Amino acid sequence: MLSGIYSLFAAAIFVELDAVDVAFTEASVGAGISTMLMLGTLALTTRLEKIPTYMPILPLLVVVATGAALIYGTLDMPRFGDPNAPIHQHVVPRYIEDMPKEIGVPNVVTAVLASYRGYDTLGEVTVIFTAGIGVLVLLGGGRRERPGGRRAGGRGGPS
Amino acid sequence: MRHHHVLHVIAKLLLPFVLLFALYVQFHGDFGPGGGFQAGVIFAAGFILYTIVFGLENARKVAPMPAVRVLVAAGLLLYAGTGVAGVLLGGHYLNYSVLAGTPVAGQHLGIMVIEFGVGVTVAAVMITIFFCFAGREK
Repeated sequence: MLSGIYSLFAAAIFVELDAVDVAFTEASVGAGISTMLMLGTLALTTRLEKIPTYMPILPLLVVVATGAALIYGTLDMPRFGDPNAPIHQHVVPRYIEDMPKEIGVPNVVTAVLASYRGYDTLGEVTVIFTAGIGVLVLLGGGRRERPGGRRAGGRGGPS
Repeated sequence: MRHHHVLHVIAKLLLPFVLLFALYVQFHGDFGPGGGFQAGVIFAAGFILYTIVFGLENARKVAPMPAVRVLVAAGLLLYAGTGVAGVLLGGHYLNYSVLAGTPVAGQHLGIMVIEFGVGVTVAAVMITIFFCFAGREK
């Protein structure tokens, strides 16, 4: 519930920053579907955490090391909103100036996502596809009835 | 949920608009905010609403799992296939300029087709995941 509220709030911030497309995604995916799936997971599992039988020292070390490396990687990035950052010198003017005659689509976000950065979007769709396949494999997808099905009339039909 | 007449009526009133809005976001993504991802999620949200109100069994009749599973792959294949079509027509992979008479028209067509592919895959995956979660008994 809190994550849903957080996502809706983040969507409002994105609208305020004039990033309507991102806000749209955040509101529909973050506030809508994710919350729904989180509630579904809670309904499937239990609400309480199992008490671990060991101290997870190694995972903690891995997580801290990865986090430290990521933070180290951000140190030499240009400051937020810096007009002299490489992205504002090179690709952004290129896209904004050449997009009308190259693509001719009014929404520059769509043009960048679908055409200039088509490979990235293909990768994102592949990620979603993989997630769907993973859930199908793990949760059965309702294709096969569980052997000796506990509820006869539970889910009939060809599914 | 058998006796909730108000919920049934309101959901039935709401559903056409949810799905229509999803299609609007899908095919208007080149002019306004939106695109395949958002449209797919909104479309799936319509199905989720239907599932919650009318039950999983009815929802599976509307969206049979075999068909949804095919759509999961079909959207991605449409996307990747558009790239291959560009290669076959003599361009680069995922460069849509060669798909139609003029480069601009080709780009427009390519963007529409791949956004549709994105929308189909996203909607099908979300419906699949929700059906899997909802169909699983504790």
